[in-house]
Amino acid sequence: MLPEIGHFALILALCMALFQAVLPLWGAAVNNHQYMAVAKSAAQGHLLFVLISFAALTAAFITHDFSVAYVAHNSNSALPLLYRVSAVWGAHEGSLLLWALILVLWTNAVLLFSKNLPREMVARVVAVLGLISIGFILFMLFTSNPFDRLMIVPADGRDLNPLLQDFGLAIHPPMLYLGYVGFAVPFSFAIAAMLGGRLDAAWAKWSRPWTSIAWMFLTLGITLGSWWAYYELGWGGWWFWDPVENASFMPWLIGLALIHSLAATEKRNVFKAWTVLLAIIAFSLSLLGTFLVRSGVLTSVHAFATDPTRGVFILIFLVLVVGGSLALYAFRAPKIKSTGEFQLFSRETALLLNNIILVVACASILLGTLYPLLLDALNLGKISVGPPYFNSVFVPLTAPLAVLLGVGVFLRWKKDEPQRVLGLLMLPAVISIVTGVILSLLLPEFKVAAMIGLILAVWVAVATGYQFYSRVNKNKKLTTALLEIPKGFYGMTLAHIGVSVFIVGITLTSLYSQEKDVRLEPGQTYQLGDYEFEFRGVIQNQGANYVANEGLVIVRKDGEVIQEMKPQKRIYRVQKMPMTEAAIDAGVSRDLFVALGEQLDSKGAWSVRLYVKPFIRWIWLGAIIMGLGGLLAAFDRRYRSVKIKQSVDSESDAGVTV
Amino acid sequence: MWRYLLPLVAFIVLVVFLSVGLSLDPKKIPSPLIGKPAPTFSLPDLHDAEKIVSPESMKGQVWVLNVWASWCVSCRAEHSILNELVRSNKDIKLVGLNYKDTLWKGRSWLQQRGNPYYANAFDKEGRVGIDWGVYGVPETFVIDAEGYVRYKHTGPLNWQSVQQELLPILKELSTKKQVGAKYENHI
Repeated sequence: MLPEIGHFALILALCMALFQAVLPLWGAAVNNHQYMAVAKSAAQGHLLFVLISFAALTAAFITHDFSVAYVAHNSNSALPLLYRVSAVWGAHEGSLLLWALILVLWTNAVLLFSKNLPREMVARVVAVLGLISIGFILFMLFTSNPFDRLMIVPADGRDLNPLLQDFGLAIHPPMLYLGYVGFAVPFSFAIAAMLGGRLDAAWAKWSRPWTSIAWMFLTLGITLGSWWAYYELGWGGWWFWDPVENASFMPWLIGLALIHSLAATEKRNVFKAWTVLLAIIAFSLSLLGTFLVRSGVLTSVHAFATDPTRGVFILIFLVLVVGGSLALYAFRAPKIKSTGEFQLFSRETALLLNNIILVVACASILLGTLYPLLLDALNLGKISVGPPYFNSVFVPLTAPLAVLLGVGVFLRWKKDEPQRVLGLLMLPAVISIVTGVILSLLLPEFKVAAMIGLILAVWVAVATGYQFYSRVNKNKKLTTALLEIPKGFYGMTLAHIGVSVFIVGITLTSLYSQEKDVRLEPGQTYQLGDYEFEFRGVIQNQGANYVANEGLVIVRKDGEVIQEMKPQKRIYRVQKMPMTEAAIDAGVSRDLFVALGEQLDSKGAWSVRLYVKPFIRWIWLGAIIMGLGGLLAAFDRRYRSVKIKQSVDSESDAGVTV
Repeated sequence: MWRYLLPLVAFIVLVVFLSVGLSLDPKKIPSPLIGKPAPTFSLPDLHDAEKIVSPESMKGQVWVLNVWASWCVSCRAEHSILNELVRSNKDIKLVGLNYKDTLWKGRSWLQQRGNPYYANAFDKEGRVGIDWGVYGVPETFVIDAEGYVRYKHTGPLNWQSVQQELLPILKELSTKKQVGAKYENHI
């Protein structure tokens, strides 16, 4: 009964979404306040029904209702409660339901925080979000209904994919989706602004906090995914340029570009058409990511749900949403005038360069991801583009970004003097070169790449710190001066410090990691770097729904035991899938990583994989700091006190340039 | 004016490619090799350059050729399945074709992930891959006792394809082999 209620609630949610999309849009067009007011109640009803639907599916998982096909395929009576709940979004149908839920949550959040916005604007934004929701709910009802019943109820379920039975992966998809779907908000703002012809600084101001928050979630989601791949897949790497990873990385890059171009649009009234385009692209790439993952166009490790009919549906949806908005853009953009002017040597130029680099980086990833597909479609054969391409293209493209960051933060808006900036930059440049060189000499082995990486990291940190210092008003008491600085500025500073930490992490991890695969008999030891690993043998262990071979490895440094590590090799009972659970000793300056390979002979010898990974935590730490910076920036006071100077109905104020 | 249309045009081109891509099923590429004698080759073994791996040396037994490379993402997912496959079916002769790889990378890959292969031919230049019509990595072929190609799977094997296709074919071919030399090949 409960699954049918969930199914029915989904249909009602679709009806609500239709109201939410059509009436406010119509109302905004003919200036009818009652129609526009429908936006709010329809969005609330929409939320209610999607929540009921989501709760019904969750209940089916918790109560082991294997008559529901989706539950039978993705759960098992031995599955622990935490993973029964996270299994709701563990496969295709449920993850779409999560998508829909998050979209309607964002919609209601927009309504909650947009009391000061013009009525038409809110109506249009909510309506566009409703249109997107219609597409997703239809997709679910037609091709991927999570509530489908099985004619013959199986005695037990087929279990959740063991790869997904992990805490990191339980929270990774919601974070990622909050980011993906979050870009729907700046997208809707851009569409609404184009529809209404209000592309002014106020529009950029409204979009900024939403963009920052969506980007923060995407950052955290990607970070969680990277961390999960590191400890769960047993490969010891943190990024693989897998198509699905790329699918989340592309909107991240464009979102980052959008954050920076919105700043210029709000402050200086420049790059308007460009900013609108970025907002459209960021969300389009989120949809494209969904398409790539769900359609089976690209074969990848992650693509656990592939089905061509679904692909066709998403493609049509993609054409309507992206094609429609780009057509609107082509129609409206020629009339958008950027009123701000700036000279070549200015912060505007620096932000433009930042945008160009990010967009080119994203384009190169898009090319690498789709190139195999293009060749295939042209009948030129099938190829696989691997990490060598991405590393050789991406690293040289983004290193200048770090240099630019340090220069850009010193530049004034509109116009600046090269002499002044050069003078300002001298000291930070000398500090970072000296510090970078000294630090790289302290490393166990001198490498030029490490020196460059460290100089860049110090450069970003020093420039950011110096910029912050210059912002503090020296004539006031320190606490007052610090309180005066807006949160947006704190957010930017924090995010840029995150960049510095991140650069340290990737530089040292990729250049100084030590890895070794060794055959070890019980009692044998192996020395890797400063650490001595002693293998004590393997015992059998029972888990809730798996059996495990658990190894014991004692790690010593300078003769003293520093850690006992217990890597596991699990076989999950239902899916018979072998899983590697690496043992990791995490530390600020290094991770020790031990994974069990295969049993080699009857004497108890195993192949064991040993890693010493210096500073790998800094990669994720840096990313988290960046994300928190985005969050902090979104809470800047001025986003909350949006004052509308002109009357809502007048279309002739100075800011309107369309 | 035109430059504002550019994003839309680029998107339309992309959609055309995506829709063509959607209609292609990587698993349904017809292989002209099915029913034909397996293309011959003679390549050094990945672990021992002195040792030669060739289809001739496998004559008289049913064997599986798996094309893989250390740079191939999908091979990672496939590898644990190969390990498990060989562990639970000890009589499967799985021969690897290490395609466009380097000795060092190929070897350390096997060291890290386990070596399910009976032998591994090292095809550095990928020439043998061309003879076998390899579209992409990974691909898997089944060759019967007479040396004829009987089955081809493009893309990574998963449990479903192993249980429903690979294992039944192997079983069928080995029974035929036991029935004896009378088996005729129907092309």
